[in-house]
Amino acid sequence: MDKKLYVSMSPHIHGDDSVARNMYRVILALVPALLVSVYAFGWPALLVTAISIASCVVFEYLITRYLMKRPNTLADGSAVLTGLLLAFNLPSNLPWWIVVVGALVAIGMAKMSFGGLGNNIFNPALVGRVFLLISFPQQMTTWPLTRMQIAASGTDALTGATPLALIKAGQLDQLPSALDMLLGNVGGSLGEVAALALLVGVVYLLVTKTITWHIPVSILATVFIFAACLHLGNPERFADPLTHLLTGGLMLGACFMATDYVTSPMAPSGQIIYGVGIGLLTVLIRSFGSYPEGVSFAILIMNAVTPIINLYCKPKRFGEPRK
Amino acid sequence: MKKFGIILNGLVNENPTFVLMLGMCPTLATTTSAINGLGMGAATMFVLICSNLVISLLKNLIPDNVRIPSFIVVIATFVTLLEMIMKAYVPSLYESLGLFIPLIVVNCIVLGRAESFASKNNPFDSMLDGLGIGLGFTLALTLLGMVRELLGAGTFFGMTVFPDRYGALIFVLAPGAFITLAYLLAIINKIRKVS
Amino acid sequence: MKKLQSSLTNMVLSLGIIAIAAAALLAWMNRMTEEPIRLAELAKQESAIKEVSPDFTNSPVAEEILTRSADGEAAACYPARNNGRLVGVAVKTVSHNGFNGDIELMVGFTPEGSIYNYSVLKQGETPGLGTRMVDWFKTDKNRQSIVGRAPARDNMTVSKDGGDVDAITSATISSRAFLDAVNRAYSVFQQVSAQIGDAPAAAPEAAPADTTGVVTNN
Repeated sequence: MDKKLYVSMSPHIHGDDSVARNMYRVILALVPALLVSVYAFGWPALLVTAISIASCVVFEYLITRYLMKRPNTLADGSAVLTGLLLAFNLPSNLPWWIVVVGALVAIGMAKMSFGGLGNNIFNPALVGRVFLLISFPQQMTTWPLTRMQIAASGTDALTGATPLALIKAGQLDQLPSALDMLLGNVGGSLGEVAALALLVGVVYLLVTKTITWHIPVSILATVFIFAACLHLGNPERFADPLTHLLTGGLMLGACFMATDYVTSPMAPSGQIIYGVGIGLLTVLIRSFGSYPEGVSFAILIMNAVTPIINLYCKPKRFGEPRK
Repeated sequence: MKKFGIILNGLVNENPTFVLMLGMCPTLATTTSAINGLGMGAATMFVLICSNLVISLLKNLIPDNVRIPSFIVVIATFVTLLEMIMKAYVPSLYESLGLFIPLIVVNCIVLGRAESFASKNNPFDSMLDGLGIGLGFTLALTLLGMVRELLGAGTFFGMTVFPDRYGALIFVLAPGAFITLAYLLAIINKIRKVS
Repeated sequence: MKKLQSSLTNMVLSLGIIAIAAAALLAWMNRMTEEPIRLAELAKQESAIKEVSPDFTNSPVAEEILTRSADGEAAACYPARNNGRLVGVAVKTVSHNGFNGDIELMVGFTPEGSIYNYSVLKQGETPGLGTRMVDWFKTDKNRQSIVGRAPARDNMTVSKDGGDVDAITSATISSRAFLDAVNRAYSVFQQVSAQIGDAPAAAPEAAPADTTGVVTNN
């Protein structure tokens, strides 16, 4: 990038960092999890990912070229990342046209309608996912079993309930072990299976300072504490906090989607408020709502609150002394 | 031509939904299908025409200080009449619109036209205004209902266009109402800007 | 004509006259539509019963039996008779275990105590998941249909709970609530079947036979 001094709205770009570089780092951090899901679900997982990324890129190109008549913004990698994150939120046996609809909603509705990258209020991939979840609940909540599960069960069943669906149905005794959940031996969306592979990516993002610890840690801690309180109150009905941490899209959401620069608060204090809000809402929706998974709704709700949080939690001015 | 202008005004220039942004509650809640939108629009149009006519006839008999309560009594009377007629003769439509028929009483379009048009104009013009605004509201609601029904259930006025399973359920639910309204408004603003 | 001034007399008079006129108009209209509204509601109830029972010639609504289930829920039974012979009983019940509010069902039983059909009168389940109960339990696929089952013989709970009915995919709670209402309907049916006629619905081992269920219209 050239060394011009940009004076623009926050988040500020500084050093040799650029939007594109950060996007590609996040994409790189998601690769281990992608490999695990391709191993677990086979080629369909790769196909869904490819369709999702390709249609996001195509829709972004078409919309910038023909509707907005602007130079296209494909090089910043945000469309690729949106496509990848969207795919991570989908089951691998989803019909291809539903993936395309999701990509259209994510790019067209959530991103471009608001004016493109930086102007979107909501995380595009999550809007795409929630749109699909509400529109096609049946297809979106039928998850294929992983290769390991099929081998272990010995039956020819190809779909099964996710741990969260088991919690919702009150079958706590059938939950898989924490180790299985950590290693990806559970059914679910692409990005839901391998908590461990996601953690590897998160460490990479933290080390390269692509994200800070505030949002992921506050979300995970809140979920853990709140779920523990419920579990202690009624262990029959509420799952234990470790299960909550390791199941569903929580890892993915907390580390890769809630931390989206555009839609999360800027100041560390604001990020913690935001994270606590997401954590509380997630457990509330999971335990009492009508859909099994609540992370995506929780993040979207807190996305909407972000401008207000930004109003009260402003980052320190440059040169301002510590109090 | 002036009479025609009054109708056109309600339909286009002062379209209650797309320009004045009034009566959003029934607009968003009842347009789950084209026929429901049409029914709600027609019901509101009936109340608008009747209340505009009666209020215009009575405008000199109503002292200014009690005009709002008087208008409300007149409007509420017609809404209740409508409710009873619908219950008796079109029970299925009444069932699907349910709560929103009595809520026409507090629809700001009706009171707004009574206050801003009927109480200042002659009875015939007031009726035309009610007709124009009512048609504009009906048009908007039907359009919204058509889009939502088509995208959500794959049907057009109940006729199947594509199989149900390709329908995006969200359009029949509340979020779909907001999304559809937003895009329709964007398109209409674009057209108005160009012309 | 000049506009009336806002004096107290004028205000009271004009508002009063408008209100009295409105009341008169509404009273007249109420009288006019009373009968059609009653007929429309009757037709609605009858069509709901028609959906869940064989053809009948009597007026089940006129023979309505209001009762309570064993656990204290209000329920209503509508005997359907064809030329005096009892052909079915429609039972209206409710379950409070729905995801979002009560689920109200009309379940039709044959005089022998097997399910003829059902219809969902009211529900607020998750759209696209729980709402599929409207036709899920009528679809003849695997073990998901309850039509033709006899609750006395079959275990009317979801297969996850060890029962004989397949739950709606991803909507176990709604399915449980639905079957809860169905089972309640059956218990109400058992309670009232003695009153309605000599239909031996309570005997679980009694195979469906047409020697039973013939009653005269009393």
